[in-house]
Order: sequence, then C-alpha cells, then structure tokens
Amino acid sequence: MDDLLLEFLTETNEHLETVDVEMVRFEQDPNNEAILSNIFRLVHTIKGTCGFLGLPRLEALAHAAETLMGKFRDGMPVTTPAVSLILSTLDRIKEILGELERQGAEPEGSDGDLIQMLDKMASQEPPVPESAPAPQPAQSTSTAVYQVLERELKPGEVSLDELERAFQEAPGPGKAMTAGTLTYQVLERPLKPGEVSLDELERAFRDAPGPAPLVIEKPAEKTSSEKLSAPAAAPAAPKKNPDSSETGEGAEGIAGKVQTIRVNVDTLEHLMTMVSELVLTRNQLLEIARRSSEDHGYKVPLQRLSQVTAELQDGVMKTRMQPIGNAWQKLPRVVRDLSNELSKKIELVMQGADTELDRQVLEVIKDPLTHMVRNSADHGIENPSERKAAGKPEKGTIRLNAYHEGGSITIEIADDGKGLNFAAIRKKAAERGIANDAELERMSDAQVAKFIFHPGFSTAAKVTSVSGRGVGMDVVKTNIELIGGTVDIRSEQGRGTTFTIKIPLTLAIVAALIVSSKDQRFAIPQVAVSELVRVSPSSEHSIERINGTPILRLRDRLLPIVPLSKVMGLSGNEDVNHGFVVVTQVAHQRFGILVDGVFHTEEIVVKPMSSKLRHIQLFSGNTILGDGAVVLIIDPNGLARMVGSESNQNEFQSDASLEQAVVAADEMTSLLVFRGGSESLKAVPLSLVTRLEEIEASTIEWSSGRPVVQYRGRLMPLVSCDEELTIKREGMQSLLVFSDGDVSMGLAVAEIVDIVEDKLDIELLAERSDLVGSAVIRGRTTEIVNVAHYLPMVLETWSRRERKSGLERSLLLVDSSTFFRDMLVPVLKASGYRVHTASTAQEAVRLLSNGLHVDVVVTDLELSGHSGFALVASLRADPHHSTTHVIGLTVKPDPQQIALARKLNISEIVSKIDRRGLLSALAEFNGTLEEAA
Amino acid sequence: MKLIDSTPSGNVKIASKQMEFVTVTVAGQLLGLPISRVHDVFVVSEMTTVPLAPGEIAGLLNLRGRVVTAVSLRRRLGLGDTYEAGRRMAVGLENQGEAYGLLVDEVGEVLKLDPDEMQPNPVHMDRSWVGLSQGVHQLRDQLLIVLDVDAVLAFGTEREAA
Repeated sequence: MDDLLLEFLTETNEHLETVDVEMVRFEQDPNNEAILSNIFRLVHTIKGTCGFLGLPRLEALAHAAETLMGKFRDGMPVTTPAVSLILSTLDRIKEILGELERQGAEPEGSDGDLIQMLDKMASQEPPVPESAPAPQPAQSTSTAVYQVLERELKPGEVSLDELERAFQEAPGPGKAMTAGTLTYQVLERPLKPGEVSLDELERAFRDAPGPAPLVIEKPAEKTSSEKLSAPAAAPAAPKKNPDSSETGEGAEGIAGKVQTIRVNVDTLEHLMTMVSELVLTRNQLLEIARRSSEDHGYKVPLQRLSQVTAELQDGVMKTRMQPIGNAWQKLPRVVRDLSNELSKKIELVMQGADTELDRQVLEVIKDPLTHMVRNSADHGIENPSERKAAGKPEKGTIRLNAYHEGGSITIEIADDGKGLNFAAIRKKAAERGIANDAELERMSDAQVAKFIFHPGFSTAAKVTSVSGRGVGMDVVKTNIELIGGTVDIRSEQGRGTTFTIKIPLTLAIVAALIVSSKDQRFAIPQVAVSELVRVSPSSEHSIERINGTPILRLRDRLLPIVPLSKVMGLSGNEDVNHGFVVVTQVAHQRFGILVDGVFHTEEIVVKPMSSKLRHIQLFSGNTILGDGAVVLIIDPNGLARMVGSESNQNEFQSDASLEQAVVAADEMTSLLVFRGGSESLKAVPLSLVTRLEEIEASTIEWSSGRPVVQYRGRLMPLVSCDEELTIKREGMQSLLVFSDGDVSMGLAVAEIVDIVEDKLDIELLAERSDLVGSAVIRGRTTEIVNVAHYLPMVLETWSRRERKSGLERSLLLVDSSTFFRDMLVPVLKASGYRVHTASTAQEAVRLLSNGLHVDVVVTDLELSGHSGFALVASLRADPHHSTTHVIGLTVKPDPQQIALARKLNISEIVSKIDRRGLLSALAEFNGTLEEAA
Repeated sequence: MKLIDSTPSGNVKIASKQMEFVTVTVAGQLLGLPISRVHDVFVVSEMTTVPLAPGEIAGLLNLRGRVVTAVSLRRRLGLGDTYEAGRRMAVGLENQGEAYGLLVDEVGEVLKLDPDEMQPNPVHMDRSWVGLSQGVHQLRDQLLIVLDVDAVLAFGTEREAA
C-alpha cells in the first residue's frame, strides 16, 4: 500500500469519527450552522480525496451523503431517519475503508441501496430556500438565495448579488449543468489579501468543466446545489477545495485546532528511554560537581544542562498523555443509536473530557466504557412512559465524569434510571450458588450489587440485542483490573446507578511527596495529601492509642494513624511516636500515614507495577527518582482499603461499616457511658439497655464455667464487656441488662460513668467485632460497643427459647439509620423473627411487591425522604398486605400521628428508644398469630 | 534450529543444531539459559525491595531508565540467600513484554551444546527444580541444567488468577 493511501486511511478514519460525533450533536441542535458546516467540510474532504485517489465506491457514497447534508443546509428539516441514514452511510464507508486497509483496494460491491435511499431522502422535499427575497418563477431551474456579506464592499469588489446575477447569466458548462442553488454563505472575518471569497470559489467550481458522466448519472440532483458541481470539477479541484474551505467555513475550526503530527509510538518510547538515561547521566555529573570543590568553569553550563534535561523530560512525558475524551468519542453515537433502537430518550453528558491519561490505559478502558454506557442505556434508563410514571423527566441522563482524585483517575458513569434490582440479584446469586440465603440476608445492598461482576451474571429478564447476554460486567471488571484499576457500584432503587472506575495513573506524571520509612523511600501522590503534621510525644500533636491503635487528635477530630512501616511489614516494634503524619484524604476516608521522614516533592513518571507485583494493592506503580533510585508509589486508595479491611478481611464489610458511620452522623443519641477493664471509655446507646443493676458478686454462680446470676426468677448469663475485665468474685458488680422478652443478658462493666446526649459520630471503624467504632463523646474518645457481638455468646439460651416458639415468623424492619437497623436486627432475630431490612420506603415497597411475605412490618414513621405513613398507606392499598401487622416507630408520638396511625390500621406506635415496648408489641402479635395459625 | 529448513545438506545440519547457552552459577550449580532469551548481563547496583512482595522477588532495579523486576534464582530454586558482599550479577530477560533481572551468583561463558545430547531430568531431582529444568547436559567436569526461562518467571500467577 502506498504512503498516500495509508495517510488517506488514517486521516479519513479520523474525520469519520468526528463526523459521527458532530452528526449526533447536529441532530440535537439542527440550527447550528457551525456544526453543519464542519460536518459538511469533513465529508467533502473525504469525497474529494476519494476522487483524487480513484476510489469510486467511497466517492459515490460520500457524495450522496453530502447531497443530503446539503439539503439540511438549504433548510430541509433534520429528521432522525435522515440522520440515521447518514450515519449508516458513514458505517458503510468505514467498512469499505477497513477492506481497503486490508486488501489495498476497494472491495467489490455496490452501494446502490444506500445511495438510492439517500437520493430519495434528498429529493423528498424540494429545497425550500431560506428567506428568499423574491420567489423565483416556478419554471426556473435555479433559485437565488439571499446572500449577505457582513462588511462594506471594498473598492473593486462586487456585491454578492451582482456576482450571483453574473453567474446566472453566464453560459453554463454543459446543458445538464444548470445552475444550482446558491446557498447562504457568510465569511466570519474579512478576507485577507490573496484570499478568494466563498462565492468566488463557488463560482469557480461551477464554471470549471467537469466530467460529463457523473452529471448525467445523477440527474435527480440537478437542483441540489453545489454538491453536484464539486465532484464534477476537474480532478485537481476537490483537492483545492478542502484547503480553501478550511480557511473559509472552517475558520472557526482552525482557530481551535491544535496542530499535530503523527509520531510512531515506538519512537516516543525510545525517546523516553533516552531522556531517562540523560537524566541519570546528568545526576551523575551533578554528583561529581558536588564532590569537587574546584570550579573548572563547568558548573554554570552544568546547571543549564540540568535545567534543559528536566524540561526535556517533562516534554517527552507529556507526549504520551491523551485526553480521555478520545475514548469517549464514539459514545454519543452509541447512545443515540441505542435510544432509537430501544425507543428511550437518553441524554449523554460528558464532563472532564480533557482529563489526561496514558494512551495505553486509554486503549484498555475504551471498550469497557462503551460497554458500561450501553448497559446504562439498556438496563438503567427506563422507557419514557415508565419514567413519567415514576415522576421523572422523560429524558434519561447518562453522565460521564472524569477527574483526578487521590493519585488516580476516577471515571464515573452515572444514570438516573431505575437502579439495580437487588432482590433479583439476591435471587440469582442464590440460584447460582454464589452465596447462601443466610449470607445474602446479612449482606447490604452495596455488597449484593457486586454480584453483577460475577461471570455470567445477568438479571435481564429478556435478552436484548444490546445487552443481557450474561457476558459483560465481569469482562469489564477483568479489563479494568488488568491495568490495576477498580470498579465500584452505587445504586439506589428508582434513582439510578453509578459506576465508579478508578484507574491508577500508569505512566502519568504526578507530583509526589517523597517520604521515608525505615530507610526506604516511598512516593505518595501529592493530590491525596492534605497536610503534614510533625508528631512527637512532647509536642502539641502526639499520637494516642485506643487499644493499641494509634490515633491523632487533629483539630478536635480523630484521625486514624497508619504507621507506614507497619503496613509495609518493615518493622514489628510499635515504637511509633516520632515522625510525620501525612494527612491523606481518599473519597470519604481521612487518615494519617505515619512516616519517619519527609523529603521533598518531585514530579514523577508513574511506571506500571510488574504483573508479579500488581496484586499488592498498597502500590499503584513505581518510578525512578532523579538520583536513579527506584521508588514505590503508594496508592492511597489501596492503603485506605487495607486499613478499612484489616479487621474485617472482607471488602464488603468495610463498605457496610463505612456506610454505617456515615449514616449514624447528625443524630442526637442518648448514650450510656461506662468503663470496662481498660482505661478507655465505652458507650452503648441507651435505647438498647433495659436496666442498670448492681449485684452482689457473691450471688454470681458459675454454671459449667459460665457466669450466671439469678435474676427475676430466671438465670441470666453474664458476659464481660471486654477481655481485660474479669467478673468480680466479691464486692459489687455493675451490670447492664439487655432483655429480650423474658430472656436477659447481663453485661458486666467496671463502672457506669454517665448518661449523655450527644451526636453519635463514629469516626473510627473498629478493628474488633465487639466495637462499632470510636467516637468523640463530650470531648472524650469513647468506644462504641456493638451489643450484637455479645448476643451469640449467650445464644444458647436464645436458641432454646426460639425452638420453644416454634414457627418462625418474618418481619420487615424499615429504618433509614443503619445503626438502628444493626442494633435491632439481632435482637429481633433472637425473638424468633426472620428479619428483612430496608433502608427506605421505596426499598420496602419493592421488597414487598417482589413477593416477600412478612408477618409484621416495623417501620420508622419518620423515614428520611419519605414518610413512613406513606409506606403504610401504599401497603394498605395492596391486597396482599392490607392486613399485615404494622408497628410504627417514632421518636415522640404525638396525637396527630396516633390519629393517622389508627386510620391506617397501624397496630401499635412505639417510641423508638422503647425497645421493650417494641418487643412486647411483637409478643402480642405472636399470640394473635398463633391463634390465627 | 531456525536454519534447518534452509540448509538441505546433512553436515551443516549438525552444526546448525547447536544451541548457545549463557551459563550462570547459583550455589555452585551450573545452569544454562538459552542465549536467545537473554537480553543482557549486568551488575546489580542499587535495588529497591518491595514490601509484601512474593519471596521470589528480590526487588526493583533501574536498568538504564527501565524498571526491572529482580527475581532471585536462588529463592526460585528453593535455596537460601547468600549474604556474601560482592558484585551481584543479573541476567536480563523479557517475558510477556516485561523486563526481569534474574539474580545469580556468577555469570560464566557462553557454551554451544547439541540439544540431542540433552538428558532428561533425573527422576529423583528436587521437585521444585524439575519444574524449572528442561534437562541436563553432561559437560566434561560438571553437569549443566538447562533452565526453562518461562517456567522460572511463571510464579505468583495463581495469585493473579484469584
């Protein structure tokens, strides 16, 4: 294949990509002259070049498409079928180009079908001249249109109309070549000397003798303006035309266009290596210069060399970067085609298209991105009617957003569609045996959502041509993980789904902070670093510990400290009180990395980790520093994950507990503060505690090694609140009594300190299951006890009781606070209920409408965003649930609520903190249910 | 080997069958690496250890501006590290587009050997060695184990699959 053809192929492919995008834009904004003229120019260029290279099939196709576009320009309404037709023509052109690339020649075949359709479309409507000044006689073959020149005529110039007239009167080149329609052409800037006006150009074209056959072949297009004359021009003419039209119509385009040349990637790679070597050599020279005290006059030039090298390095690195917009180029077209195919209205919003990333990464994520956008369009966005019914605008939105965050690039694909069907995913997961029912029940929606990344996991009811074939998300995940990235899902029923892709900046240039830990240097991406704090035991900032976990108090907030040497396994000793804390912010998580030393910041080239090391989530890559040393780049995201999951060993759980911490904020809670075996304060929500007791230690009996106490005529098991505390053998023992019906448990504590009302803002997630986390309560660091942890320890008693009650009943707990849900679920379970939970009214309705059968619904009446009463009302409207028992939870019952509750047949309103009330209300149902059964 | 097709005469064939091996020594054992797989041989200067990395990976090296993963052949063969101070030698290899440096005790000469004379691994050879060895050549004064470069670099993959 000759160079000319090769160049033509690359160039044309590029043009076509642009045309694809522009066409979709144009469809949405048919009055935008600039877009149309840009498309027109590009197609025209393609056509011209094809003619020049002798590619008749391509030329004919481009010509036909151009003709139709010319009609648009003449004012023909832009319709979806017409745009579709042009797009499919472009596809055909791409096909032919593909063949051309493979075989070096145009493939055999005919495009009569498309051309005919295009012609038909073009001739459907006679060109309606836009605001023609005077109607032309009907028999006239030509239409003159109003032409405006936006500046005063200079001496020697003729007016447009005069030109037009002169042209009309001029003898045409051939019989068939009657004059076409002159279109409205405006040049947006004054002509420079030596330039010709558009109209002059136009005239030149028309006057040029053209090969007759083409004209005769398409007599139908006679009236269709200049497009006819352009191909008819002498072979050299099309070549000239694109150039000149660029200076004219494309003036706007030229200004915004960055001048580029094509360079082979290998050349760039080689250049990069050479520059790296140059840097190393420079560093060696600098080292020598430092060592010798004498200046032989080379120090100044050396300094200059150093500077130039740095700039060179910078420049070469930039050559590899490409805006992510390049990977998005195809998406508008994809979304447009899909919305037509699926009869949905979808808008694609793209933000941060200029976010740069390495071209290799770009190549890898291109397909997964397309796939995910397709998924969103197919599964996410609902039909216009469904959307309307759900109270949403008919037009769905898919939003792409790219930005740098925490040393990685984040790409979000969000839709405002129906969200994931968690119930269906749960069901499918159980069917496929990925998880058992019990596990599924315990999982939060966020955890369940991750199942869609399992191979062959598709919940699509029917397989559409677009997606739902069961291959997809797992491949997407694999591809992204291949380059060290991660994918996350957030989905809310009825509100939409957001996928978040995080990609490490392989081979990107980032500013990084160079730190040291145990004589080894590491780089931390600067973007993730919010501040540096020097810590030492005697200073204002000193590291404190809760149960051995280091914490720093920073402006009244608790900052978890991660000693770098510890996570790296560089040292075993815990002597970490001196050094620097690098305060790091990753998404919602804030933590401090404790390092021994901090050096400087440096612009580093991120090199990808070897495939053998990529599984270490702590590192996002490595780099070569100025002095030639290889240094590992810490991935703050990975570190955050490690910190969060160290205790749970399960990424799902860390998600859930994070959620919990977020939800629990901003609510005033009554807390019982007490002390266990260690010095640290502990607290438990007062609502969970039935009674506080102080008993004679001598009354504690030991039954088969377990402490029990006779309490109200029954045996109550005792549990120590932590390992450090041993239950007293003499004196008085303080107990927190947790009751469940007639079964109680006593939590032995050292001392009950206080009851306080404070915002329960859990800042630190616990590494142990007996704690929910730590919080600042009344200005003091306090551990929040997880009561659920102790229940299984005395489960024997509970389970014995359960068996007694026999039939298992099911209960749906609706409460927007994860904290309350988590507190109540074990208790309710222990009362013999199979507990389903929902965080929102919508979720509850969905669960119930999906066939979930429950005996009792316990709902918070003040659900965030949606009233609990509305939920009950919708339940009552459903024949299946019209008689289901409902217990309403409220903070403070008022007469209004009670009246409303009676109306809705809510059996009982219980104060949210009155746990016993809830249990006794449930016990009442037990009686009635048993009777019914 | 590649000349077989182009050389019709028999006597040339014998010569062309000879394969060249870069010999290295690890814990006194002579090992051979096919020369076609060896990019270069270099002295290891500074090495960055990678915390949490698999044991076989000694660290990362900067080889003329390229980051090279250093794999310890000793550890790969289940041998202990040597703490002798001195020049550490590495053989530059490439596998699936990534650069590796195989740390060895010493690098020896290049030997021409006839593949036909290669003997299969002795049956009682250490299992961790069998997987890495293609066979044994009997030299005049010692034995040379022909290393399977791909196998040597194919560790830790089960982790990736998980």
